Amino acid sequence: MPDSQTLGNRTRGMGEIVDIAGKTTEIAPFGNTLAELGRERPEIVGLTADMGRYSDILPFRDAHPDRFFNVGMAEQNLVLIAAGLSKVGKIAYCTTYSVFVTRRAYDFIAIACAHSMANVKIFAGMPGLLNGYGATHQATEDLNMMRGIADLTIIDPCDATELKQVVRAVADIPGTVYVRNLRGKVPVELPADYKFELGKAKVLREGNGEIGMISTGYMSARGLDAARIVQSEGHDVGLLHVGTIKPFDKKGVIEFARRHKRLIIAENHKTTGGLASLVIEALYEAGVYMPVVKIGLADSFFECGSQEYLEKKYEVDLPRFVRAIREGV
Amino acid sequence: MTLRNHPPAEPDIASLKAHALDLRRKMMGMASGKGEGYIAQGLGIADCLAALYFHEMRHDPARADWADRDRFLLSTGHYSIAMYAVLAQAGYLDVAELPSYGINGSALPMSTFDTTNGVEIVGGSLGHGLGQAVGMAMGLRLDGSPARVFCEFSDGELDEGSTWESAMGAATFKCDNLVVLIDCNGIQADGPVTVAIEPVADKMTAFGFETYEIDGNDMAALAEALGKCREPNGKPKAIVLRTIPGFGIPTIMARERAHFVRVGNDEWDALIAELEHENA
Repeated sequence: MPDSQTLGNRTRGMGEIVDIAGKTTEIAPFGNTLAELGRERPEIVGLTADMGRYSDILPFRDAHPDRFFNVGMAEQNLVLIAAGLSKVGKIAYCTTYSVFVTRRAYDFIAIACAHSMANVKIFAGMPGLLNGYGATHQATEDLNMMRGIADLTIIDPCDATELKQVVRAVADIPGTVYVRNLRGKVPVELPADYKFELGKAKVLREGNGEIGMISTGYMSARGLDAARIVQSEGHDVGLLHVGTIKPFDKKGVIEFARRHKRLIIAENHKTTGGLASLVIEALYEAGVYMPVVKIGLADSFFECGSQEYLEKKYEVDLPRFVRAIREGV
Repeated sequence: MTLRNHPPAEPDIASLKAHALDLRRKMMGMASGKGEGYIAQGLGIADCLAALYFHEMRHDPARADWADRDRFLLSTGHYSIAMYAVLAQAGYLDVAELPSYGINGSALPMSTFDTTNGVEIVGGSLGHGLGQAVGMAMGLRLDGSPARVFCEFSDGELDEGSTWESAMGAATFKCDNLVVLIDCNGIQADGPVTVAIEPVADKMTAFGFETYEIDGNDMAALAEALGKCREPNGKPKAIVLRTIPGFGIPTIMARERAHFVRVGNDEWDALIAELEHENA
C-alpha cells in the first residue's frame, strides 16, 4: 500500500492532505481555481470565518482583496452575510471547517440560504477524518445533516481534478451548494478527461460484475487503489463514484448495483445517514436486494491523531478496503 | 418611474401620521378577519413603517426588484401583519388580498417569506435579519449603489447570539449605508423580555453603531432620527425604538399577554371603534 511520506506518529491537526508515495498532488486547487474564476466573474465574492489559511481561499484574497471578507470566528454571521451578499446579486463562496458551518450554522443555511435559493457556495473544509483534532473538529455527520435540508445541493469531490471543476460548476448551479472541500496538497486521482456532472454518478472502473464499489469523496480514490491491488488476484472490481450526494443519482446507482452481485459502499463519514443510507434506501425502494458491506465510521465520536492513525483505528484505510473485497466482510 | 418621497426635503408629519393610522386600520381588519394575530407588535411598529415607506426610503412599488432600491428587512417575521399592511398601502400588494392574512393556503402567511412581493428575506427564525442586512449593505457598496439597507429587529432578538455577531460585522465592514431599527416593546413569547438586554442603546454604541434612542411611536422623532442616519461617515446606524405594543388602542396596550393577541369575535368592532376614537 502507498505510505505517507510525512505522517508517522505526528498529529496532523489541520488535516492537510499530504504527499502520498506515488501520487501526484496539486496545491490549493480550490483557492487557485476560485482566484482564476474571480477574474472572469466580477460578481464572485469570497468569505471566511477565520479559516482563510486553512481553507485554501487565500489565493482568492490575494487576487481580489476588495471582494474578500473575513468575518471572524462567527459561522452564523458568515452564512448570513453570504446570504445577504447573494441577495444583491453576488455569488458568495464561503469557507470554514465543515464541522463548524454544519453544526453551528444549520438554521442559517436552511432558512437564510437554501429556502431562498441564495447563491451561496459553502466550501466546507476537512470533512470526516481529514481533521485530526478529534470530535470537536471532525464533521462525521455533515452529509446526514445537510441532506435533510431541502433545495440544497451537496457535493463530495474525489480529488483535485474534480474539485477544480466543481469550483467552476457551482457558480452556475442555482441556489445554495455545500461542497466538502479538500485542501493543501490534494492528490490528482481521476483521469484528465474526467467530467464532473451535477447529480450524475460516474463509473470510474468497469468490473466483471462480481463486486461493485459505490463511493464518494476521496474514498473513491482509495477504492481505485484497492481495486488495483486485488486485480492480480482475479478480483475485477467495478467502481461508481457518487460525486453529488444531493440530488442523488438513484437511477445511476440502481443500474450499477443491478450489474453486480455484491456491493461495497465507502465514505469518509458515518455509515448512518450518508452515502450508505442513500444507496440502501434507493435499492430497497427499487426492489434490489443484495449483499452490502459498508466502509465508513461508526456512530461515535472520534479521537485526535494523524490521518493515517485515525483511518487505521476506525477502519477506513486501504487494508480495510482490500479485506472487504477479498473476504466480503 | 415614481419614487416614493425621495429625497425627502421636510417630513410631512401630519401625512405620515395619517399613513400610520391607515396601517393600523388595515391591521385591525386583517386580525379581526382571522380572529387573532400579532396585532400588538403590528400596532407598535406602524409609525416606524409609515416613516420608512412614505418618507425615508427610496423605492418604487412598480419595480420591486429595482437594483438600486433601498431595502427593508423585517427580521421579526411574525410582524407580518404590519408588513402586509404597509406593502399594500405602498402599492406592492393588492389591498383586496389583505383579508386572507394567516388563512390556510394564503399568499400572506402568518410569518413572512420572500415569495411575497416586496418582502426581501424570510423572517421569523429570529436573529437572521441583521446579518443579511450587513451582507446586502456590503454588496451594494461594492457595486457603488446609492441604496441603503434598513433592518428591523426586536429587543427579544437581542437574546440571539447571531444578532451580536452581525452587529460586530456591521462595524467591522463600516456599513454606513445600514440603518437598524430595534423595536424595544418589552415583550417576547413568554411575557416580558427576560434577559439583561439593557441598556440597548449603550450596547449598540459600544458595538460601533451611531445610535439614537427615541419614542418609536412619535412620528416627528422618527423622521428626525432617520434624517440623522443618512451620513456616510463609516458607521452603521441604530435607532432604538421604544414602542408600546398595541399603540393606538388602549385596551390592547393594557394587556399583559400581548405577544399573541386573541380577541373574542364580539370584541373586534369595539377595538376598531376605540382606534378611531383615539385618533379622531
